[in-house]
Amino acid sequence: MSNEDYLKDISEIKNLMNKSSRFISLSGLSGILAGIYALIGGAVAYWLVNNHSYGTLLLDGWVFRTCLLILSLVAILSIITGILLTTKKAKKNGEKIWDISSKRLIINFLIPLVTGGIYLLIILSQQKYGQAGALMLIFYGLALVNASKYSLGYIRYLGYTEIVLGLFAAFLPGYGFWFWVVGFGVMHIIYGIYMHFYYDKKKP
Amino acid sequence: MSLINNINKAFDHRIRLGIMSILMVNEYADFNMLKELLEVTDGNLASHTKALEKVDYIIIEKQFIGRKPNTRYSASKSGRLAFKKHIEALEQIIKKSE
Repeated sequence: MSNEDYLKDISEIKNLMNKSSRFISLSGLSGILAGIYALIGGAVAYWLVNNHSYGTLLLDGWVFRTCLLILSLVAILSIITGILLTTKKAKKNGEKIWDISSKRLIINFLIPLVTGGIYLLIILSQQKYGQAGALMLIFYGLALVNASKYSLGYIRYLGYTEIVLGLFAAFLPGYGFWFWVVGFGVMHIIYGIYMHFYYDKKKP
Repeated sequence: MSLINNINKAFDHRIRLGIMSILMVNEYADFNMLKELLEVTDGNLASHTKALEKVDYIIIEKQFIGRKPNTRYSASKSGRLAFKKHIEALEQIIKKSE
């Protein structure tokens, strides 16, 4: 065998190791769009609270319920966009959308996220909504860090960012909303743009 | 030519090298997963897994999921060691020639 053959062997090994253990077709564009949805949702909620609720949020008022609805809409739209764009990218990469690597990614992403979601519902039902923004950021961050082992390693840094923002939000409860906007809106857009240009554009 | 001696004959084939690469980073893999990743035919894959089993580099476990038979492959301790040595040998050869 010549040296070129050995080099080809090594790149083949690397390629198979990545392909068999990581799901790499996450779309950067869907991150950008999720960030935009969050910013729009945040802006609408901000406008509602300031114009119809005297700047404070009453737990049983319609404004609060509308805010929860906006939050769910942002989450659902982000998930749908993510699934659609990721499927498209997986097809282009010749990667299966539903195989062992994507299943493993989703399970590991959902464990911290579902835990956080249930915890959040419990906290809200006990009328302690001051930490809601912080909890969303922290558990979402933990979910990302956990999932990063099974996908693009880069997601880990978005996770770290969300956790730090969440801890700050917990420390400064009055600014929870703004940390939420930065974490779910601005950070998704920044990391999404980076991912889009770094991974989507570059041929692997 | 001691460097070439470290190159493991068992891994001297694209598919056997591929099987080991996948099993190094996964706890186990089943037949279909290997088949899809390596893009080979059933018979071809079976003969290569058998070759690796013969030298005790991989462990084959046959079981049933419901009623469907399922074959699971995992790398053995000696297989992992041999693969690492093989990679080191490859690296050495490439380094020497630069």
